[in-house]
Amino acid sequence: MTDIIGPWTEHGLTEDEHARVVELLGRVPNRLELALFGVMWSEHCGYKNSRALLAKLPVDGPQVLQGPGENAGVVDLGDGLAAAFKMESHNHPSAIEPFQGAATGVGGIIRDIFAMGARPTASLNSLRFGEPDDPRVKRLLNGVVAGIAAYGNCMGIPTVGGDLQFNPSFQGNPLVNAMCLGLLRSDRIFRGQASGPGNLAMLVGARTGRDGIKGASFASEELSDHDHDKRPNVQVGDPFMEKLLMEATLEILEAGLVVGLQDLGAAGLTSSGAEMAGRAGNGLRLDLERVPLREEGLSPWEIMLSESQERMLLVVEPRRAAEVEAIFEKWDLQAAVVGQVTDDGLFAVRLHGEVLAAVPAELLTDKAPVYVRPQKEPAYFRRLRQADLSAVPEHRDWSGLLLRLMAAPNLCSRRWVYEQYDHMVGLNTVLRPGGDAAVLRLPDSRKGLALTSGCNSRWVYLEPRLGAAAAVAEAALNVAATGARPLALTNCLNFGNPENPEIYWQFAQAIDGLAEAARRLGTPVTGGNVSFYNEYDGRAIQPTTTIGLIGLLDDVELRTPHFFREPGDLVVLLGRTLEELGGSEAHRLLTGRDEGPPPSLDLDLAAALNALLPQAAALRLLRSCHDVSDGGLAAAVAECCFPLDVGVELDFRLPVSAGAAFFGESQSRALVSLAPGAFQAFQDLAAARGVPTTLLGRTADHGRLTMRCNADVLSLELAELKEAWSSALPRAAAL
Amino acid sequence: MTSPRTAVVVFPGSNCDRDNVRSWRAVTGLEAELVWHKETSLPDYDLIIVPGGFSFGDYLRCGAIARFSPVMSEVARLAARGSLVLGICNGFQILTEARLLPGALTRNRDLKYICKDVTLRVENASSAFTSRYAPGQVLRIPVSHGEGGWSASLRELKELQDQNRVVFRYCAPDGSVSPQDAPNGSLDNIAGVLNERGNVMGLMPHPERLAEEILGGVDGRGVFLSLLEAASGGLKR
Repeated sequence: MTDIIGPWTEHGLTEDEHARVVELLGRVPNRLELALFGVMWSEHCGYKNSRALLAKLPVDGPQVLQGPGENAGVVDLGDGLAAAFKMESHNHPSAIEPFQGAATGVGGIIRDIFAMGARPTASLNSLRFGEPDDPRVKRLLNGVVAGIAAYGNCMGIPTVGGDLQFNPSFQGNPLVNAMCLGLLRSDRIFRGQASGPGNLAMLVGARTGRDGIKGASFASEELSDHDHDKRPNVQVGDPFMEKLLMEATLEILEAGLVVGLQDLGAAGLTSSGAEMAGRAGNGLRLDLERVPLREEGLSPWEIMLSESQERMLLVVEPRRAAEVEAIFEKWDLQAAVVGQVTDDGLFAVRLHGEVLAAVPAELLTDKAPVYVRPQKEPAYFRRLRQADLSAVPEHRDWSGLLLRLMAAPNLCSRRWVYEQYDHMVGLNTVLRPGGDAAVLRLPDSRKGLALTSGCNSRWVYLEPRLGAAAAVAEAALNVAATGARPLALTNCLNFGNPENPEIYWQFAQAIDGLAEAARRLGTPVTGGNVSFYNEYDGRAIQPTTTIGLIGLLDDVELRTPHFFREPGDLVVLLGRTLEELGGSEAHRLLTGRDEGPPPSLDLDLAAALNALLPQAAALRLLRSCHDVSDGGLAAAVAECCFPLDVGVELDFRLPVSAGAAFFGESQSRALVSLAPGAFQAFQDLAAARGVPTTLLGRTADHGRLTMRCNADVLSLELAELKEAWSSALPRAAAL
Repeated sequence: MTSPRTAVVVFPGSNCDRDNVRSWRAVTGLEAELVWHKETSLPDYDLIIVPGGFSFGDYLRCGAIARFSPVMSEVARLAARGSLVLGICNGFQILTEARLLPGALTRNRDLKYICKDVTLRVENASSAFTSRYAPGQVLRIPVSHGEGGWSASLRELKELQDQNRVVFRYCAPDGSVSPQDAPNGSLDNIAGVLNERGNVMGLMPHPERLAEEILGGVDGRGVFLSLLEAASGGLKR
């Protein structure tokens, strides 16, 4: 099928899509209307390639107060408190201009949270880059982290967690997935609805300029070497403006002055206006001459498509408008009435009374074409499953391998990243970054909230269905390790070009895995984001189903840190260790290859472990708990030793090769330490839930990490290992 | 002793304002009032906290715009009257810009924002802000800033040293002081200073962030307890 080049082409529509517009509208759209359809039907706004499959995700649960479709999902925390949270990608802008791209990604997700009426309370981010020995990657890494820091720190929202992985597939197309969580009263959820014909539409915050025009369409194309000229597509962030906008917005919401509100993100005024009208089943009329502009001479389509940051659209009853204006004035912000809610269902754009565009709002928001693309199992899939995985078992120098592994980019300390983020402001961070999940205390409550975000991209690549399920399982285990019950999740699904059947197969498989794990682990999906076209010069990224997951602690005092506390405690491994080295960090380190089947996932065992850990924490049986993941048991042990410099003396048997015992990444395992007196009670508890336990040995005061498995020994001076682990990332990131 | 009347100033972009109210309450059991920067007339507060954050976005230079806010002439008036004024982080930057404290805060040595616990040595334990600490006591308190390197002319530095107005120095956990212990490259490792009269102090570290056990430490409590005592009339100024 070849497309005829028509006026629709420049707006990213195909000939067929244009024909659909004409049919639905009953006439040929004018240029401005065509532009509106172009952005609203882009993948970024219209989810046309993903909508059908996303319907498979479980979205319901007694804890869910607001599922997908709003600015953010909301879950009930009890005690009249709720949490709004969501994650979004800002990959392409960050590839072109890392500092501003990442900063505005953070700004956008924060606006989504306070648009629900929640005070943003914590942020996380999951980042992917190419190998850091490339100077271009170093520049991206430094720019992205500094951009996130600049925005989040200025906002006074602590950045408390996330994950970071390096893989050559992200060399030209990094991933920046930003998550934000806010707290609100469960009876005070605001929604993005333009209710009540006659009500006023007010545009508040920054003035509208030419920045970021057509960013939504730009997000729906692949990147290439010639993208430097796309820099004007990237918005520029002003966190100070957003801080004012947030405080003013929360103040008007507290005063009950607003009917509905939404932030202006991708496709600016077009998407926020059309979506608010569409959700309420109403129309909305905008008078463009009333939009405060940053510069003279913006054309109507520029005003409608501008992605200038730090703006919100409010729907306000006419009698409240003056009060809203007064509060914004207090914060030295502009609030302009730019239109009105109507009852004709039309999204109408006027300039000095002349109607420039008038199309039914629901055509823009709900009638984007839905594509279920052809799928084809990629050629690599079966080939990579047949890999020779003998490199690790045959290596034998276990101490040397652990030393190298802990200094590898994917396993070394993330301190260089999170020390650039203010992770304490707000005085709620009671488990800081660096562990399995961060824990926040909740105001005026005994409860605590655990948060994490992450994904093993390599596993999703090697087996999308299993990898996506594993991402959910690991996030849930991260949260459970702190003593929290997993509650709900959001996600950011990053893939290549969906028009490629092999990519679409990855996507479809991943959705199935995500759905299955979320359902079995009782963590409904409250929202998310799909990012396609993550390719650079025709090479797709390793697909990455980033999972942001939250869990609840009934008593925040029961939170369990990930690290060993003192010598003399027993160290116990939970779960099953199998001969599984496919897709492992150790195999990659020794061979340079991502290959082999990822470790299997037993969702029943995962669910049992997720139930056991909070129960054991509630009984105060555990001194520490850490999930066993990247780098396997040896890496997990090392991570538990580092924070308080507690050594270990472990001597155990496992029914696998020593290589798999030390470095295999079998799923649904956790490493706990406990006082000797607590062992029997804990073992009984684990047995009752069917979770296997292996007593490994004890923590020690001799400053060494020693593990004996079967007849093999791994032993290192802790100080040497910690130095290698601590210094690797600052060195790798140095420009 | 009467309860001191306490204010926390809020500039556009302040973000530790509510944290200070919360820690003040947690440590002393007392309330503090939030005061908007546009206020032109303040009651005679006994204690004013100028909190951390990014006042006016830290555009131009940290604290350079905030010092022109109407409330700052009131802060100056109350400081002259003898009220206690504590500037933390951005608050310290604002007080130096307002010339209520000497020196200036410059970009961190390695040009990156730093958020982490650091160790501080108490150099002057007889001030209204530090009387609850022992001389030479080593405290663990977080810093969180991008521009925290304190700098001054050698003459100003000498004057501070001679008048015992250096309150905190960045140090190693054992209390020894060498340049690498200052995370930001501060001159003479200085983390906090007093004005000549001893009723205005600024520091880059955040005592309000480690003032409750649940946050992982309580070394910051001493600042609030000292202030409570001093502002309640326990100390002569």
